[in-house]
Amino acid sequence: MDNISIRIIQPILALILSPLLFGIINRTKAFFAGRKGQPLFQTYFDLWKLVHKGVVYSKTTGWIFRAGPIINLSAILLITLFIPLGHSKAVIFFDGDIFLVIYLFALIRFFTIIAALDTGSSFEGMGASREAQFSALTEPALFLALAAIACGTGKLSLSEILVSITSKFWLSHISIILFVAATLIIVLLTENARIPVDDPNTHLELTMIHEVMVLDSSGPDFAFIVFASALKLWVFTALFAGVLIPDIGFGFWPNLGICVLAVLCVSVVVGIIESCIARLKLLFVPHFIFIATVFAVLAMVFVLRK
Amino acid sequence: MFYYSIKIFLVGVFLIFFGGILSLLFWRKQKLSILVGTLGAVSGSILGLIPAIKVLLSGGKESLYIAWSIPFGAFFVEIDAISAFFLLCIFILSIITAIYGSRYLLEYKNKSLAKAIFFFNVLISSMAMVVVSANGMLFLICWEIMSIASFFLVTFEDEHKHVRQAGIVYLIATHIGTAFLLVMFILLGRESNSLDFDKFAAIKLLPSSMASIIFILSLVGFGTKAGLVPFHIWLPEAHPAAPSHVSALMSGVMIKTGIYGIIRVLTFLPNPPLWWGWLLIIVGAVSGVIGVLFALAQHDIKRLLAYHSVENIGIITMGLGLGVVGINSGSQILAILGFGGAILHILNHALFKGLLFLGAGSVVSAAGTREIDELGGLGKNMFVTSVTFLIGAVAICGIPPLNGFISEFLIYTGSFKGLITKQLDLAAVSIIIIGSLALIGGLALACFTKVYGIVFLGEPRSKHAMNVQESSMIMLVPMIILAALCVFIGLFSSITINWLKQCISQIAGIGPDVVSSQILPLSNILIKVSFAAFCLFAAIAILLFIRKKMLSAEKVSIAPTWDCGYAKPDARMQYTASSFAQPLVDTFKMILRTRKITEPIKDLFPVEGQFESSTPEVSRDYLFNPIFRVIYLLLGRLRWLQGGNIQLYILYIALTLIALIIWKLR
Repeated sequence: MDNISIRIIQPILALILSPLLFGIINRTKAFFAGRKGQPLFQTYFDLWKLVHKGVVYSKTTGWIFRAGPIINLSAILLITLFIPLGHSKAVIFFDGDIFLVIYLFALIRFFTIIAALDTGSSFEGMGASREAQFSALTEPALFLALAAIACGTGKLSLSEILVSITSKFWLSHISIILFVAATLIIVLLTENARIPVDDPNTHLELTMIHEVMVLDSSGPDFAFIVFASALKLWVFTALFAGVLIPDIGFGFWPNLGICVLAVLCVSVVVGIIESCIARLKLLFVPHFIFIATVFAVLAMVFVLRK
Repeated sequence: MFYYSIKIFLVGVFLIFFGGILSLLFWRKQKLSILVGTLGAVSGSILGLIPAIKVLLSGGKESLYIAWSIPFGAFFVEIDAISAFFLLCIFILSIITAIYGSRYLLEYKNKSLAKAIFFFNVLISSMAMVVVSANGMLFLICWEIMSIASFFLVTFEDEHKHVRQAGIVYLIATHIGTAFLLVMFILLGRESNSLDFDKFAAIKLLPSSMASIIFILSLVGFGTKAGLVPFHIWLPEAHPAAPSHVSALMSGVMIKTGIYGIIRVLTFLPNPPLWWGWLLIIVGAVSGVIGVLFALAQHDIKRLLAYHSVENIGIITMGLGLGVVGINSGSQILAILGFGGAILHILNHALFKGLLFLGAGSVVSAAGTREIDELGGLGKNMFVTSVTFLIGAVAICGIPPLNGFISEFLIYTGSFKGLITKQLDLAAVSIIIIGSLALIGGLALACFTKVYGIVFLGEPRSKHAMNVQESSMIMLVPMIILAALCVFIGLFSSITINWLKQCISQIAGIGPDVVSSQILPLSNILIKVSFAAFCLFAAIAILLFIRKKMLSAEKVSIAPTWDCGYAKPDARMQYTASSFAQPLVDTFKMILRTRKITEPIKDLFPVEGQFESSTPEVSRDYLFNPIFRVIYLLLGRLRWLQGGNIQLYILYIALTLIALIIWKLR
């Protein structure tokens, strides 16, 4: 019984808490800018408002544009079932679920991009092109980082990998953990359209990546997109926190508490990063991603040296 | 023994060939000619499928030996699990493309179609014979017929100069490949005193240097046919030149006969050294990455698909390399996952690449252009084509829940298994596979979102794309069948992998029982993958319902696309394929060397500008052209020998023969 509740609580927490992350990031940024900032629960309000609105579809669009948000949200919901919180087993896990998760992200990307192209807008085309470029470059980094940690723990599923990160393992493999975490944070910033790769708050369509791809979405469709991106941020932060913070050994509930706290802290860190550095020139973004790949390769070197 | 299956097979092959002959005979009556040819191809292929499926599922061997008077030659055909697997791919795709072709060929008005039907049927029957030949001489004869038949299909539209050029490139490439194979068979024959394949397999103690030479020769010879970098230069020329259903067949299965050759040679050479695995993996990784990069830079839809064949052949070769590493290190699971991933990817690639080429053919025949940048918005009028093309595109990117994901999943799992052993050799090859497969995946996604988005979505970019009409049902049904097969393998992968057990067992040289016991946990995992896929569909259905509920009380309105306040948006302002791919193309400009011609804007109010970009084949410009230039210079000195009439050349051949005989008798 306890086992089932442990497993079920993880995706439920993700569903409930993920929109909070945007609020935390925005409040952190507001704090650094000396502003009061929007309410912490602004994303919840936005979602509530959006689902009660009608939709405007562009006359250029077809079924792809209407299917995109639904496929995206479904895929990310499926992914949350694989993401363990607090070093326990997730709802579903099996050897090699890493690949399924990464390729479900690819499914999301595929449909986000073609939904953007479905509008025929040059701005959305521009965003789609950049999304395709940056994510193609992050994929090897993410794969190699996860390969390094899988190699270190000797496990092939996300759940078992994170379960294996005990404090003992953490101490003996600190170099690997740090390099993998460094890769993951860069991938997190890139994949979730944060500064220094993308600025979610900019007001010039020309400079956006992710926001510009959903310019034409509205109503419940846009609510699905916002919720999906909140969940995506949650998934990446949970993964990052799970790798960086070891199992402290007091059982599941304390671990879960620490993990959720860590996820919230990571969003504060993202807010700090966004406040402290400017967005990179687009031409330099690939260099930034190459750094992630370098970290991942270094992690791999350290694993194999052991 | 019973020759029952093999006889059915031979009757099938004969039917296909006979259909071709009949269509030649009826060349004056176009409809009849197409009908008999297609009927022959379809009925013969269905007949041929029976023994193929039987052997694939039950294992064992069926063979027929008839002695020939040609020295070392014999009509020796044998269907084992490996042949059966390739026969399955060949016949399935042949049925599909033959039906499609029967309608597609009618696009070529004022052209004699009987020739195309005849060579198409010859191509099918020769491919089928290639994978069952168990004698070197017979193999080479069928191999040559296959090459020649496909050459005539590539040059079907020989009134165009670029088509003739593509044909010449293909003819030269394939014959250089065959030259290597000839040497390889002679070496194998010298070691075993026979050209029968079972004798090759019996030489257990080949000196390792000789085995390596044979392996390299087979890699070059078969690799040229398969399209491994840098021997791939004929692919991007030949595939766009050929009619689309021929491109589908050539790309889907003909190039796989090269992979078949490599696999067959590997079964002759037991105990492969580790560096063979390394070589296969590196060649595969390079082919994969180079293939997808060049695909990204193309504007011609069929040329782009041709480069993707290079990419997928790369993935297959990496899988084979992983399998070889597995055999060498004694890791059965690695061998099974590597070879299993490779052969499943062969089948998958035949399905989705066939589908994509047929879809491209449908687009080309509707719009009359292969230029992606001229198209746009085709999805509205060509719904079935666009949906099936989308399924093919998602599948080729290796995205779940379709079939491409499953084979890549096997190769990924294999390499992660290699990695966690922490043996340096295994880990190193695994890292190469993981890194390059991930990069290929990301780039392929960029490439196919580009193709699908620019061709089928948005607004028409030129008059070609306006008022297009959906193709006829005869062309659409084959595409629907292929799309359904892609979905089936994706959703029921644990069943599919069990069908391939015998084939994997034979390639890896591991007993079927051991393979079964090793595959059991794997198919349990694949069941969970299928379960996840069904969860995905359930979630989609639920969300669709929820959205419908939400919108039932609200207003759904239609408006123009948000144009950021610009007053006069125009379809030509949309992003094009070239602009979509430009950031990635520029990131990899070191390799791609794209040529750009721009006219700089001079005045404050520029009236006209110009931009042109093209990405020619780098290995052709920087590798083969210099080599051929040197050869040309050297051989140019022998010009005086050439009289220019064919009788003289035959005389030369006869003189050489006499000289050789005298030399041997002396």
